[in-house]
Amino acid sequence: MTDETKKRLEDKIIGTIKEYTGKKRFKPIDIVKEMEKEFSGDGLSKAEIKGTLKEIMDGGKLVYGYAGGSYLAIPEEGN
Amino acid sequence: MGKKHETPLLDELKKGKWVSFVREIERAAEKSERTEDLLGQVEQSYRDKVTHWKHGGMAGVKGYGAGMVGRFTEFPDKYPGVKECHSMRINQVSGFFYNSDVLRKIAGIAEKHGGGLLNLHGSTGDIQILGLRQDEAEEAFQAYAELGFDLGGGGSDLRTPSCCLGQARCEFANYDTLKICYDLTQAYQDEMHRPLFNYKFKFKFSGCANDCVASASRSDMAFIGTWKDSIKINQDEVKNYVKKLNVQKYVIDKCPTKCMWFEEDNLVIDDPNCVKCMHCINEMPKALRPGDEKGASILLGAKAPLVTGPRMGMMFIPFYDVLEDSKNNYEWLKQLISNIWDFWDEYGVTRERIGELMQRVGVVTFLEGIGLEPIPEMVDHPRSNPFIKFEDEEEND
Repeated sequence: MTDETKKRLEDKIIGTIKEYTGKKRFKPIDIVKEMEKEFSGDGLSKAEIKGTLKEIMDGGKLVYGYAGGSYLAIPEEGN
Repeated sequence: MGKKHETPLLDELKKGKWVSFVREIERAAEKSERTEDLLGQVEQSYRDKVTHWKHGGMAGVKGYGAGMVGRFTEFPDKYPGVKECHSMRINQVSGFFYNSDVLRKIAGIAEKHGGGLLNLHGSTGDIQILGLRQDEAEEAFQAYAELGFDLGGGGSDLRTPSCCLGQARCEFANYDTLKICYDLTQAYQDEMHRPLFNYKFKFKFSGCANDCVASASRSDMAFIGTWKDSIKINQDEVKNYVKKLNVQKYVIDKCPTKCMWFEEDNLVIDDPNCVKCMHCINEMPKALRPGDEKGASILLGAKAPLVTGPRMGMMFIPFYDVLEDSKNNYEWLKQLISNIWDFWDEYGVTRERIGELMQRVGVVTFLEGIGLEPIPEMVDHPRSNPFIKFEDEEEND
């Protein structure tokens, strides 16, 4: 995966979660599947998408919430 | 000092000689105002016959997607001490071995940062620190990390693997439960701390069919110790048991497959029909022992009643040579786990456990998906088989 593709993937993941905040809760595997479709032309593997998501989570740009199952969320201000 | 909340219903649960969780919470409440409010809220729940906890939300420590369980009271004005009352799951030591010094330190941290209450151990196995607020979680976690502990699983991830005390203490253990539990915990740190699954997934390791960690009923992937060859019989000891125990009534008649009997004074076991349930060995441990070819059976799909009803695990691998595979860093097992998780990723729906997925798509489809060939030993319960249909001969004529 090139740096440019990785940046687009990161932006798309975070952008999707932002866009759907309050409307839909994405569990991590859902977003991985969404990105597989979205980036099918770039030939990204599921493992690469999972790896990028892991980096996003480790960087704190998204956080995990829990409501019956785990979902991805934008961190609250101040956290 | 008077009680902050009147608790007549909880007080009923202190009566009698047996230890009481109410008494323990009251002891903790002597030092912790938040735990006083916990008593008030629990009393109200008993009175109203409903829980007043809000479950989930955002609670955690930096860098981890799991390991803290969010709890918030529905009545923050009435019970401000439990406005936030989160649990922190600490990965327990395999087999639950601790030295007393570490236990004191674990308790000390729980008193300093939480409500002074511990749960040893949750059904997953973890040490649970109860009554934390989000703003003190990081400091509490760092204190546990300095002791050498890490967070356990939580949310839609691999829950903290747990095991019985195995060969460290038990003569019946058929494989080293402590080692495989430790090794797989190390191998799957990412899966434990970053929820990426449809729902939770549990490994539990029991050294024999006594199943001291309830793996057959509580874990998506259960490892239950067993053996391939014959039960070892010491006929002299059998005769000693006959002198003090009604062996016919309490052992032979209770054998689930009726595979044992006496021929004159000697006990005979039809080993191919034995299901290794451990009953006879438990009753006459000096006379009977597991065989020499030891390993584990692997069952898939058990779960507790959450979301849909409970399920027992179904036998998929009748004999897994744990020791041999451990020499190859569990290569065979890890491939099987990877196949199961990939299939679940692809076809599972939100909050669907692996057992429910098997039930929904059918065992044959599930087997194709995970790359296993069907064999007659894959049974839901003894004497059943999902692949072979027996028909009355007369109906076919």
